Amino acid sequence: MPVLIPRSVDELVDIFQEHPTAKLLAGGTDYMVEVNLHGRKPETMISLRQVKELSEWSVRSTRRSITIGAGLPYADMEHGEIARLVPALAQAARTVGSPQIRAAGTLGGNLGTCSPAGDSLPVLAALNATIHVIGPDGNRDVEFSDFMIGVKKNSLRPAEFVHSVSMPIVDGWQGYAKVGTRNAMVISTASACLVRDSDEGIVSIALGSVGPTVIRCHGAENWLMKTMSLRAGSTLDPVVAQEFGQRVAQESRPIDDHRSTAEYRRHAVGVLAQRLLLRSFS
Amino acid sequence: MSINIPVSGQSNEIYSLRVNGQVHQVKDAWIGESLLYVLRERLGLPGSKGACEQGECGSCTVIVDSKAVCSCLVMAADAVETEILTVEGLGPDGALTDVQSAFLSEGGVQCGFCTPGFIVAVHHLLESNPSPSDDEIREALSGNICRCTGYGRILEAVRTVADQRRTNS
Repeated sequence: MPVLIPRSVDELVDIFQEHPTAKLLAGGTDYMVEVNLHGRKPETMISLRQVKELSEWSVRSTRRSITIGAGLPYADMEHGEIARLVPALAQAARTVGSPQIRAAGTLGGNLGTCSPAGDSLPVLAALNATIHVIGPDGNRDVEFSDFMIGVKKNSLRPAEFVHSVSMPIVDGWQGYAKVGTRNAMVISTASACLVRDSDEGIVSIALGSVGPTVIRCHGAENWLMKTMSLRAGSTLDPVVAQEFGQRVAQESRPIDDHRSTAEYRRHAVGVLAQRLLLRSFS
Repeated sequence: MSINIPVSGQSNEIYSLRVNGQVHQVKDAWIGESLLYVLRERLGLPGSKGACEQGECGSCTVIVDSKAVCSCLVMAADAVETEILTVEGLGPDGALTDVQSAFLSEGGVQCGFCTPGFIVAVHHLLESNPSPSDDEIREALSGNICRCTGYGRILEAVRTVADQRRTNS
């Protein structure tokens, strides 16, 4: 029962191919809870701690996109250049757990676990992020909508891992909002990310913790884009914002569980959607 | 070259951790052991406390490679080749640090269970931000839970240390 510690992406590919049933360990903030409290018995582990390439990030100005390594901790997204270029991701990062959790937890960990409550996931969905995956057969790109396929289920194939995530740098407003029992150290009971591309006049909204996967509300998005202009300089009728919230709530698919009821979640996510849309015009 | 750390309940394989500047051998460990467990039960360093075991309470906070993290969420065998600093290693030869003294003088300690985690988190905060605002102190300590003090005296202790360090520098 070893812990394997590759030093480079190439070594990681080789080691994972040799041990395709091994578990990848990033920040450990989900996995170690399962070990400590839920009787999970680790067997072969592959640690990502020493694969420095996974913690890099870069901006392609020509393509107007940013690429963030799967191993970059949330603490590094909260402020600075990443926060300036992808403010919704920074807002989501700031709501993850506590400083201790944000120092360890990563984007790749959120994608690997694929919990509907993963805070970065609505942002990736609303931005149409592309997941760069590496495996025994080489590299492939997976759209976020094809990546998360169920509760804690993703479309990674055996011995594949998330290398990095690319998302566009959007002209306009973007924001993330979440409801939980308190401000710090809380797993969301409902969350939403809204991106308003005021250059193209496009809006997108994605919801967390109110369905088996992150939910993109295409119905509400299309309704809003038919109802009004979203380009820079346009104004928002509060009645439209209210109906947008109701339409978003209708597209959610929440359940009752230990954190909340379906009824409350549906209400809360509608309020979040309305609030985010109002903020995008303020 | 990658390194391969065999860890098993039955074997006598060894891995080593560097804690407070000293290298410690860890023998006969189970792969699932957290850094918190290994520090307390195998290395004789019981300062870090275990309460929630799921990263919510902060009482197990240690510094790994200059970052404050929950040691209950670090797989110990994965912490090889890192620099680990625990509450025991903050002051020279077991002497109190200025942060610990301020917690005592300002009444920031009651039952004491959460205190080591707070002490480590405050040291980490003041390393990177010597003059934190109240909001910054609250944010930096938002991952540490205290059920006794109501936090007011803990905040006062942090302000006191920040003031002292400014006066002395």
